[in-house]
Amino acid sequence: MRKLSTRRRHPLAGIVVLLLALGVVGGVYSAVRFQPASAAETASQNDVDAGRKLFLVGCASCHGKNASGIETKRGGNYGPSLIGVGAAAVDFQVGTGRMPMAQSAPQAPAKDPEYTAEETKQLAAYIATLGAGPAIPDDEYTDISGKTIEQIREGGEFFRTNCTACHNSVGAGGALPGGKYAPKLDGVSAKHIAEAMMTGPQQMPVFSDDVITPEDKSNIIAYIKQVQNQPNYGGVAGGGLGPVSEGLITWLVGIGGLLIAAVWIGAHGARVKKK
Amino acid sequence: MSTVDEHTNIEDTAFGKKAAGPVGWLDDRLGLAGASKRSHLLRKVFPEHWSFMLGEIALWSFVVLLLTGTFLTFWFQPSMAETTYNGSYTPLNGLEMSHAYASTLDISFDVRGGLLIRQIHHWAAALFVAAMIVHMLRVMFTGAYRKPREINWLIGIGLMVLGLVEGFAGYSLPDDLLSGTGLRFVDGLLRSIPIVGSYLEYFIFGGEFPGDVIIPRLYMVHILLIPALLLALIGAHMILLVYHKHTQWGGPGRTEKNVVGYPMLPVYAAKAGGFFFVVFGFTALMGAVLQINPIWAYGPYNPSEVTAGSQPDWYMGFVEGAVRIMPNWESTFFNYTWSWNVFIPAAILPGLFLGVGAAWPFVEQWITGDKREHHLLERPRNAPFRTAFIVAAMTAYGVLWIGGGNDIIATKFHLSLNAITWFCRIGLFVLPVVTFMITKRICIGLQRADANRILHGYETGVIERSPDGGFTERHAPLPVGSQYSLTNHDRLPVLEAPPETDHNGVAAPHSRMAKLRAKAREIYYDGSVDKPTVEDVHHAEEHLRDHDGHPVELGDEFQGVSETGVPRVH
Repeated sequence: MRKLSTRRRHPLAGIVVLLLALGVVGGVYSAVRFQPASAAETASQNDVDAGRKLFLVGCASCHGKNASGIETKRGGNYGPSLIGVGAAAVDFQVGTGRMPMAQSAPQAPAKDPEYTAEETKQLAAYIATLGAGPAIPDDEYTDISGKTIEQIREGGEFFRTNCTACHNSVGAGGALPGGKYAPKLDGVSAKHIAEAMMTGPQQMPVFSDDVITPEDKSNIIAYIKQVQNQPNYGGVAGGGLGPVSEGLITWLVGIGGLLIAAVWIGAHGARVKKK
Repeated sequence: MSTVDEHTNIEDTAFGKKAAGPVGWLDDRLGLAGASKRSHLLRKVFPEHWSFMLGEIALWSFVVLLLTGTFLTFWFQPSMAETTYNGSYTPLNGLEMSHAYASTLDISFDVRGGLLIRQIHHWAAALFVAAMIVHMLRVMFTGAYRKPREINWLIGIGLMVLGLVEGFAGYSLPDDLLSGTGLRFVDGLLRSIPIVGSYLEYFIFGGEFPGDVIIPRLYMVHILLIPALLLALIGAHMILLVYHKHTQWGGPGRTEKNVVGYPMLPVYAAKAGGFFFVVFGFTALMGAVLQINPIWAYGPYNPSEVTAGSQPDWYMGFVEGAVRIMPNWESTFFNYTWSWNVFIPAAILPGLFLGVGAAWPFVEQWITGDKREHHLLERPRNAPFRTAFIVAAMTAYGVLWIGGGNDIIATKFHLSLNAITWFCRIGLFVLPVVTFMITKRICIGLQRADANRILHGYETGVIERSPDGGFTERHAPLPVGSQYSLTNHDRLPVLEAPPETDHNGVAAPHSRMAKLRAKAREIYYDGSVDKPTVEDVHHAEEHLRDHDGHPVELGDEFQGVSETGVPRVH
């Protein structure tokens, strides 16, 4: 202790304490901070390098060479910063064909993916190295086999409370202001639904694991899949669009058909037979 | 061949001889044969035209509604008490919900034929209101509401309003997410009524929304109160129809004083009865193959939940659209909030539509000064202002429909929701004016075409080449019957300026009103083409008869086409 007390006024003591403090804070931070993408951990350096090459060719023109986004003069951006969006965001955006966008639009539409699964994985690996973000979800989120009735019912409750306001009760999608929209959920894979919830792409809010636990996420997915795979009870459905399509059918099929019947009955009088 | 009547009296047929006993037994006790003879009901004559059967679609779908609705009452439980669902539809299994919703799920999944009957009921309801509107449009376009049928017109308006309320009540009963959202809409509408709004809400919902009495109350309204009123008004509508006799299209032998058509028995009984089966069969087919209101997909009502694509059934769509496109105006005075943003579109606007509709026969009578009875229909082209006015109203209604489905249109056609809203906001005021002008011009054009056909005959398809090389098409006069049909409407009245002074030379009383009326009459008849006069026709006949010195021969050798465009000789 004596040694310490004699040296505590040493000119370099401050620097030493500072270094120690930084070391402790950094050590604690690296120990407890959010675990970066598991894909990034498992991804080889080759993937990261290949991903960076793909990024520079296909993405950098909007997102910037360092993926930090490109601002416009008006303060908007051509492409937002991708630092910290995580592998899940890349897998969702590129995997559903939303990125790269074909043209400027209020919202990136889903289309056939431009990149193969391998390339998508490489891009995700590269973006994951830029900053901590949600990883590509594993079975905990996406495995819906063996879900019980109770879990599906729970998923339905979460779905109706959090999702149907935009996505419609059967996932047929819905409109948002200014040409934006909530896309339909028909044919979207469990992984992509989970990624959308985790990363909140485009207009969608983020439903983090603190808000909706991984199990609840998988319950929601199970409910969506259950509802979409069950038969259309009651006959041909109007695309799940509700009373608007039903009104259209009422007028076109219903009134249209009965008008034809009325014309038919009106045209067949009890006429005297011609000789 | 001779036209000997091969009619055999029914009592002389084999069936008649067998049936004579029981029928005689009944007639001895009920006296129906004598009564029906005295009232002439069975021999009542109805004119024939397809457009006279539109009201029947509404009538028969109402019968379908009564039949299927009765079936549904056997299982539906109008209660908002909570229960746990344990039926066949597993995704909702174990969920807390109201008895109303649970029993509707049971009807859909666990009652044999329940879903079919529910869907027939819903399609028939949508068709009921649609048929009423189509029927109403026919009556309006042909001027069938004119004296003496104004009261029947008002009864029709009453039926329409009742039909809307009845439909809405039925839409609310299952207590699914969509019906609850619809009820919330009505709750907002009630609250928007200035000053009394919140009291009214508490009165109707038995407290704050949603409360626990609204579904039992709506159930009573839906299965007892309004159906009884509808039945009574339909009865009155029918009695007046029989009393006034049905209107008919003008033509040879058809006057204001007769009705040309077929008797109730056997022809119209068969036609109408047959049409009932067509309507029932058609709604059953729709119920069987087309899904409507899949309540299981919406889930039970929960005020914290909502689904995209929440719309009312189509007949409330215009109100929904009006609310959606309304700017968010709101003001506060006298310590009350005045929600113009809801009150104007949801309460005032539908009132305006119905008020104008109800007042129209009387307004038109005031403008035209026509107090005569009318049993002959007016062709839409011969009343250009009226026809254009109806089309303008339909356009406004259509714009509101677009507004009501703006989100569906936006997603399906990849349009901006805001752009559609602005289109509707401007279109609601501009498009009816545009369609009014277009329709009026079309009517006037058709009137001119009629006059042309009277004066210049029809095109025979016979082309002549003159010695100097010119080609002309021969025209032939229309058959007299067609000429009569085209000209048996009234001449336009002579427009006169109202007298400024009375017979004493003093300023006439009501002169301001008279001036207004003269102005309205001028606008009403503006542009209308009068039918040709007798002199015009005589002059034209001479002209037609003498075509370059060669009269048109319509004898057996004639090679042209008839007035309907069908070649005479194939």
